[in-house]
Amino acid sequence: MVDAETFDAADWRPAPLLPARDGREKSLVLVVAVLSFLACLTVFVGVAADRAAGGWGRELKASATVQVRPSHGETPAESAARAAEALAAVPGVREARGLDKAEAEKLVEPWLGEGALPDDLPLPRLVAVELDPAAPATSEALTQALASAGVDASLDDHSRWLKEVERAGVVARTVAILACALTAACCAAVIAFATRQGLAARREVVEVLHLTGAEDSFVASLFQRRFAGLAFRSGLYGALAAALLAAAARLLGGEEGITPALPFAWIDLAAVLPCPLLAALTAAVSARRTAMSILGAEV
Amino acid sequence: MNLHAPLPPESAEAANPVVRLEGVGLRYGRAAEVLRDIDMSLAPGSFHFLTGASGAGKSSLLKMIYLAQRPSRGLVSLFGQDIATTPRRGLHALRRRIGVVFQEFRLLDHLSAFDNAALPLRIAKEAPEAYRADVAELLGWVGLGGRMHAMPPTLSGGEKQRLAIARAVVARPEIILADEPTGNVDPEMGARLMRLFIELNRLGTTVLIASHDQNLIARSGQPVLHLEGGRLREGV
Ligand SMILES: Nc1ncnc2c1ncn2[C@@H]1O[C@H](COP(=O)(O)OP(=O)(O)OP(=O)(O)O)[C@@H](O)[C@H]1O
Ligand SMILES: [Mg+2]
Repeated sequence: MVDAETFDAADWRPAPLLPARDGREKSLVLVVAVLSFLACLTVFVGVAADRAAGGWGRELKASATVQVRPSHGETPAESAARAAEALAAVPGVREARGLDKAEAEKLVEPWLGEGALPDDLPLPRLVAVELDPAAPATSEALTQALASAGVDASLDDHSRWLKEVERAGVVARTVAILACALTAACCAAVIAFATRQGLAARREVVEVLHLTGAEDSFVASLFQRRFAGLAFRSGLYGALAAALLAAAARLLGGEEGITPALPFAWIDLAAVLPCPLLAALTAAVSARRTAMSILGAEV
Repeated sequence: MNLHAPLPPESAEAANPVVRLEGVGLRYGRAAEVLRDIDMSLAPGSFHFLTGASGAGKSSLLKMIYLAQRPSRGLVSLFGQDIATTPRRGLHALRRRIGVVFQEFRLLDHLSAFDNAALPLRIAKEAPEAYRADVAELLGWVGLGGRMHAMPPTLSGGEKQRLAIARAVVARPEIILADEPTGNVDPEMGARLMRLFIELNRLGTTVLIASHDQNLIARSGQPVLHLEGGRLREGV
């Protein structure tokens, strides 16, 4: 105990009006930290999936494949060479290259197995077209060029695959956003529950504050600050854990992360930065709304 | 002793009591009425004692005035405002104009004596720099100068009582309601605390003190409201 001599009113700072946090809040910290951790992981996966989809999309957009059927009096290789020549002249094409037999066989190998093809099977020759990503040639221009050269060929501009990849990207983004929103809703609900508990446990304090003239908003702001602070700390723990996990995956798996389908970059770690703030904001809004509605319902 | 016109009739304030109860009844749950047909009014700047046997309803009457308890029937009006028609926000504002010494003190156990005493000023959103010297002075005056850091559970009954009084008066309320404010202190300290109430009353504060202490009441010479059988009587 400090006695009169050492008490200096000038040094006095108002103490928190709510009793210091108690043991019960430990489990709340854990819950919010885990929710934040899961939200951060979701964001990582979403960002990586989005990047993967974007990468594949760019590759698909910047390339086309032409299947050449040999014309009469021409070897398949000659037809393919002629098609490649015609395609290379089209503006917006960087390179058109006929794949030789070995390359064509290699392409079908995953489906048919190594050496499973009889030597005399007439495999259609393929021409791989690499487009200028900045101003890619349209598929009409390519078809036109093939027709003018008199080559019997069919063009695959990958647009079907592109649509699939783009849809996969949209699905990944939507699922990630939805999962984050659900996590936030979960956080809001658990804070609302804790606020209700806190108001009941601090009945006497709240009543004395009220009888001393405190407004509902004054009392609500005590809980709002308490839980916003708690959520901020918890969000920080969760974000840190998620960032550590992601960094470990990046270190162990390199640029591709743990799987090439989810490429991960160091910059992605920055995605956890808003987490503590968002957790605090969610908790603040939830605690305030809950406290105001409970207090307002009293007589 | 006239409750209803303690001030000269030409005073405009006499017509505007700070506390007015009309036909007030109070029952807890389904039990019989603890208070019935209470009519009273306190003029601004008046000083009254409230007496009655234990269980007569002194605390209950005070609770209705400091807005911790709604009457079962009748009119309660504070500063000319009918509390039945006052919105919740307005009730908070009314409470700030009233200082209460609770019979059971109701100090906040997790706050130091100094923080407890400063509470009403904090709730009124005053700047700490503006009031901390006054709070220290007041605590010194009630004999708690050496206990400013102490937590209420470590205070004696009398010390708690003095702290409760300091908290009730610190924000200079217009009405002071004190429920047995000298029950736990020796006669000397009791007299000192009474002087504080009388001093504040002299400065214009309306004071209503519930007390058993007949000696104290007789010595002060102030008017008395007596509760018996759930009804209020004037005089001793
Ligand atoms: N919250 C409550 N619920 C039910 N009954 C109550 C409640 N508060 C008080 N009572 C009853 O109302 C009556 C008046 O109580 P009150 O506390 O007002 O008396 P009092 O005059 O202040 O007594 P004391 O001098 O002992 O403090 C008592 O019979 C008491 O039992
Ligand atoms: Mg009582």
